[in-house]
Amino acid sequence: MSQQRENAVSHRDKVLTLDNMNPFVKRVEYAVRGPIYLRAVEIEKELKEGVKKPFTEVIKANIGDAHAMGQQPITFFRQVLAICSYPELLEDNSFPDDVKQRAKRILNACGGHSIGAYSASLGIECIRQDVARYIESRDGGIPSDPDNIFLSAGASDAIVTVLKLLMYGEGRSRTGVMIPIPQYPLYSAALSELGGVQIQYYLNEDNCWAMDITELKRALYAAREHCNPRVLCIINPGNPTGQVQTRQCIEDVIKFAKEERLFLLADEVYQGNIYSEGSEFHSFKKVLFELGPEYSNTVELASFHSTSKCYMGECGFRGGYMEVLNLDPGVKVQLQKLVSVRLCPPVPGQALLETVVNSPRPEEPSYPTFIKEKTAVLAALAEKARLTEQTFNTVPGIVCNPVQGAMYTFPRITLPQKAIDKAKESGHQPDMYYCLRLLDEEGICLVPGSGFGQKEGTFHFRMTILPPTEKLKLMLERISQFHQRFTQEFS
Amino acid sequence: VSRSASLNSPARLGSMLSWRRRVSLPAPGRHKGRIPEWHTETRTDIRTVVQHAVGAGPPHTTCCDETDTGAVDAQPPELRAMSRAPQSGSKDLAPVGECKRCPLLLCGLGGPTMFIKGPFKTVIDVSSGNLHSAGIKPLTFVRQVFAACLYPQLIKSNKLPADVKQRAQALLEECAGGSVGSYTPTRGIPEVIHRISQFITWRDKGAASNPENIYLTPGSQWNILKILVNRLASPGTGILTPVPCYSTSILSMNLLGAILVPYYLDEENGWELHVQELHRALASAKGVCNPRAVYIINPGNPVGQVQSKKSMQEVIQFVYEKRLILLADEVYQDSIYTGNSTFYSYRKVLSEMGPPFSDTVELASFHSVSKGFIGECGLRCGYVELVNLDPSLKDYIYKLFSKDSCAPVLGQIAMDLMTNPPQPGDPSYSLYEAVSTETLPCVSHHPVNGGAFLFPKIDLPTKAVQKAKVVKLNKHQQPDTFYCYRLLEETGVYACPGSEYGQAAGSHHIRVCTLISRDVMEELLTRLSKHNLSLAHLRALEYSLLVSH
Repeated sequence: MSQQRENAVSHRDKVLTLDNMNPFVKRVEYAVRGPIYLRAVEIEKELKEGVKKPFTEVIKANIGDAHAMGQQPITFFRQVLAICSYPELLEDNSFPDDVKQRAKRILNACGGHSIGAYSASLGIECIRQDVARYIESRDGGIPSDPDNIFLSAGASDAIVTVLKLLMYGEGRSRTGVMIPIPQYPLYSAALSELGGVQIQYYLNEDNCWAMDITELKRALYAAREHCNPRVLCIINPGNPTGQVQTRQCIEDVIKFAKEERLFLLADEVYQGNIYSEGSEFHSFKKVLFELGPEYSNTVELASFHSTSKCYMGECGFRGGYMEVLNLDPGVKVQLQKLVSVRLCPPVPGQALLETVVNSPRPEEPSYPTFIKEKTAVLAALAEKARLTEQTFNTVPGIVCNPVQGAMYTFPRITLPQKAIDKAKESGHQPDMYYCLRLLDEEGICLVPGSGFGQKEGTFHFRMTILPPTEKLKLMLERISQFHQRFTQEFS
Repeated sequence: VSRSASLNSPARLGSMLSWRRRVSLPAPGRHKGRIPEWHTETRTDIRTVVQHAVGAGPPHTTCCDETDTGAVDAQPPELRAMSRAPQSGSKDLAPVGECKRCPLLLCGLGGPTMFIKGPFKTVIDVSSGNLHSAGIKPLTFVRQVFAACLYPQLIKSNKLPADVKQRAQALLEECAGGSVGSYTPTRGIPEVIHRISQFITWRDKGAASNPENIYLTPGSQWNILKILVNRLASPGTGILTPVPCYSTSILSMNLLGAILVPYYLDEENGWELHVQELHRALASAKGVCNPRAVYIINPGNPVGQVQSKKSMQEVIQFVYEKRLILLADEVYQDSIYTGNSTFYSYRKVLSEMGPPFSDTVELASFHSVSKGFIGECGLRCGYVELVNLDPSLKDYIYKLFSKDSCAPVLGQIAMDLMTNPPQPGDPSYSLYEAVSTETLPCVSHHPVNGGAFLFPKIDLPTKAVQKAKVVKLNKHQQPDTFYCYRLLEETGVYACPGSEYGQAAGSHHIRVCTLISRDVMEELLTRLSKHNLSLAHLRALEYSLLVSH
């Protein structure tokens, strides 16, 4: 007899119940893998079992998962990793020399020459040095100290770790963390769990989701009434909003942070995903240094990057890093202790990061293939970004900002009052209701705007631009048709 | 002066590593031991030395925080807390010191250069269960499957055995978009979870495992405890924890805000767990915290005891009566050495006991790809199986795990291969069998029953204990840490001091990993036998190791 009968009548109450579980965990919400996604998985199962639907497959545009959408991995990365896993392949003549050299280098840095050994908690030393050099060259020579580099299990791990470090106080002295609205739900989920206070600042939808200092001030001053604001989070390029902040804007934000004594968290995982003409990625670190020592020696900053996005799209490896600046030395020691609890970041992810920050150079045999693959991925994404914006903006009731960067669009949708009432009747947020209907009728899985936060009374959804171009076109068309049908139904 | 000093001074950031809770640790009764809280400092301390010695990256952290680790131990808890909170006088502060690059320079034992002068060329690291680092070779079958999954062109080649290619092909079909670079569902790849569940059912020969109750985790298993432990609860959430105990577990629970209630394993009787001791520990928590769970490591770490079925039944009876949740850390289940010990999982024993136990006792059981014969620590993957948990908690557990996206995909694949190895008749079977039994040759006559470590007691002369106290200028050092320094300095053998794991007051131990290759073991024994330590008690270790061969 199974001991895990879910509905078994137990002889007594459970020890752990909804009433006595950790209340902070209860508040955690994570829309990207939320109810719509779970329903999509169910529908996929039904399709497999032969249930008839108005579509033959579910397109999951809910999550920034490039490979799941058919993007091919970069050959160089995977060749190096294959040899790292099975070093006997070094004898195989079909692998280029630079691949073999690289694999040897990584294996030499691993305990027992195996990616199966624990590494240092902060990550493999030589890869941290490589990351520092990579940052230096990205930022036009501004120095980066390997001691400030912490490798992580994807950016999420590092972000949560730093937030943990910043939690302090109770009641009105609790740490307040300024997060953009719309935001990536990792921030709200982590803050709920850690008991931090969310301070929501709104991005300006009318100005391409730019950050606005007046709005930052409003949010900050209002929050000082009930918590101790200490942290400002920025996601640039934006998720879910796809904007790329201008250099001027970043400068203003840094000045604001210094003035108001805020610790900056710069989520820059989409730094390689820039599409719009005239948009350019400026790292917070670079701008900080360009503002001079008055800033670069004082403003505390943690910036994050990952192997999951950009042209790599290798989410499954959980590779990433953060760079910290101006951390109090004592706090840095605490940070080191904190990361040592999880022993080490996954080593294959670290190896992958090595190949990303030291991608093949023009004189190396793997270069031609590498650059061809990389350029193709980025060009396709740029094309899809443009296509998405154009298509949506032709549909009455959908307004879409340009997708300047990242992997998402976050269009505003106009919903008829009757649809809103109907949604409330069925106990859903209006945009949740919209997305559930879209999923059921068209097999397209999006995430409702309410999962990211939005201005009261406005409705959005997040859609990734990752599906292959033909599929994306089809998807855009189906969403457009659905939207018109939906609007009509409730008019 | 940087403004950061005031804004983010260690004192202000200390709340997460609260001392207040440690201060209220229940008195351990007749045992005068204590749970070590800042064990990572001692660990870091010695690890930093090794880093310099081998010229490699730091095994754990670059800097060490050793401030007052020892000195305050001699003071009453209240004083301890105060001595660590000069800035505000609050007790709710963490001990933090300056970052010191090389503790050896400070403590007067010599700098990193001594290693160049030393009578050895390499450091033998037996401080942790890092199998591949200790010369154990990865399993060919596992690594071939990885290679084929990473670079699927290999599936078309003739370089790999047919079963490897089939396995890789099948696994890739289970990955979204056919790539190990995509995210998996929150709990893991569904088919992999299903097969793990079948493995559990097979292992326990009886009670069927439900895949819905299994969560693949990124190495660290502690996520699930967040559902239980509220750091702000008053009284705090107590967890009965063994002494000695795996140090990372201690730190993880401390960080979650749990209050550890120590129960002592009986060293005189092969580190047995006595249920009377659990009763004592539970009673000691009265008025201090709200005990809600018992943490058990079986087979043990750092002590290699394997629990008998009878003892497990008593524990189950105990948690049933006292309404506690059972946390069973069973990551060493494949590491059983003596013929007369058998590993039983808690879920098996629970199910055999029948109602009312089998359908009520709430159990979380942990396993990992880091140990056993596969030893893939670097991949960071494990699983937790939840038994009898309130079904209404499921949604919250799901959200909690969702936040971390998913466990690393290669780790999930390793878990699949570990729980579903090649079968007789498969081309890879004979090699797999040969290598996986070969992996543990050094420990076939192990003085302990299971696990990956020896934890011998060392008798230190009073003079050595006193020397330890004065050696770090004005800083106290644990005597066994001092011993490990000397061991490292003079033999290049890097073992961990017992104080990291907790031990009865006045006793001293060291922890030595025994999952090392035969070559390394031979070198280790040679060094120890040639070595002429002034602390002659190294013989205790030597003896243990010799017995094990």
